[in-house]
Amino acid sequence: MRRIKKIIYDCHHATYLIEKSQHASLSLKERMSLLIHLSACSICRLFRRQSRLINQVMNGLFRASAGRAQSLDEAIKREMQEKINERLPK
Amino acid sequence: MKKQSSGFAPAATATDPAHWVDSYADYLYAYALNRLDDAELCRDLVQETFLAALEKLDEFRGESSERTWLTAILRYKVIDIYRKRNAVWLGKDRAHDPEPEYFDPETGHWTQAWAPRPMRIDSVDPALRKELSILLQKCLERLPALWYSIFSMKHMDDEATDVICKAMKISAANFWVIMHRAKVNLRACLQKEGL
Repeated sequence: MRRIKKIIYDCHHATYLIEKSQHASLSLKERMSLLIHLSACSICRLFRRQSRLINQVMNGLFRASAGRAQSLDEAIKREMQEKINERLPK
Repeated sequence: MKKQSSGFAPAATATDPAHWVDSYADYLYAYALNRLDDAELCRDLVQETFLAALEKLDEFRGESSERTWLTAILRYKVIDIYRKRNAVWLGKDRAHDPEPEYFDPETGHWTQAWAPRPMRIDSVDPALRKELSILLQKCLERLPALWYSIFSMKHMDDEATDVICKAMKISAANFWVIMHRAKVNLRACLQKEGL
């Protein structure tokens, strides 16, 4: 019973497990402990939602800038190709 | 008529450096710029990538596309920059703000000041999403350099954890501790900004 109580109180560990679960798979013990905690803790359930959202926005951040036109100057490209050609076996 | 059904066809593994710049320079440049935000450095990295690729032409087996192969070379160069920046940052021995106590050290329970509260960000309003990504970028920049590097490396390509650990010289356990602290910190930052 004391162990369960500790799991229910320990938001620090629960949020650690939430973060880990969003990128990797948890062990059975970790999954159980997180399940127990979340069933009792609405604050961490909220944290989990917001954490997921942050991940989405993070991924969007890189996609958004990937879609932006970022091309190199033609002159620079010519220079690059010349440097490659210099090193090519004739 | 050339037929290339044979597994020995040289064309299946050939790569032609003469068209690399035309085909891939812009893509590689955008890839680097996405991750480093320093145009000049990114140009140099693209050039270095091509030259490094030339050196290992014989390693190109045609198992992946040329673009994938070149991107992999560039990726390691980007990771290396992260690692170097982090080393510089560590060397500076700067005093940074101590982390607030998000959790009660005894029980691990949220402290009242930092417990998550509902934010406006749960909405799907695109305008709000835009605001959120701008704020998130701001909050990211306030993270300690090591956390910033690790957190963004994990998110930009879903880079494999062991690659990040090796590049940044940290243990897997330490990796998750940092990911967790970065996330708690970022979320708190957004809440403080009034989202």
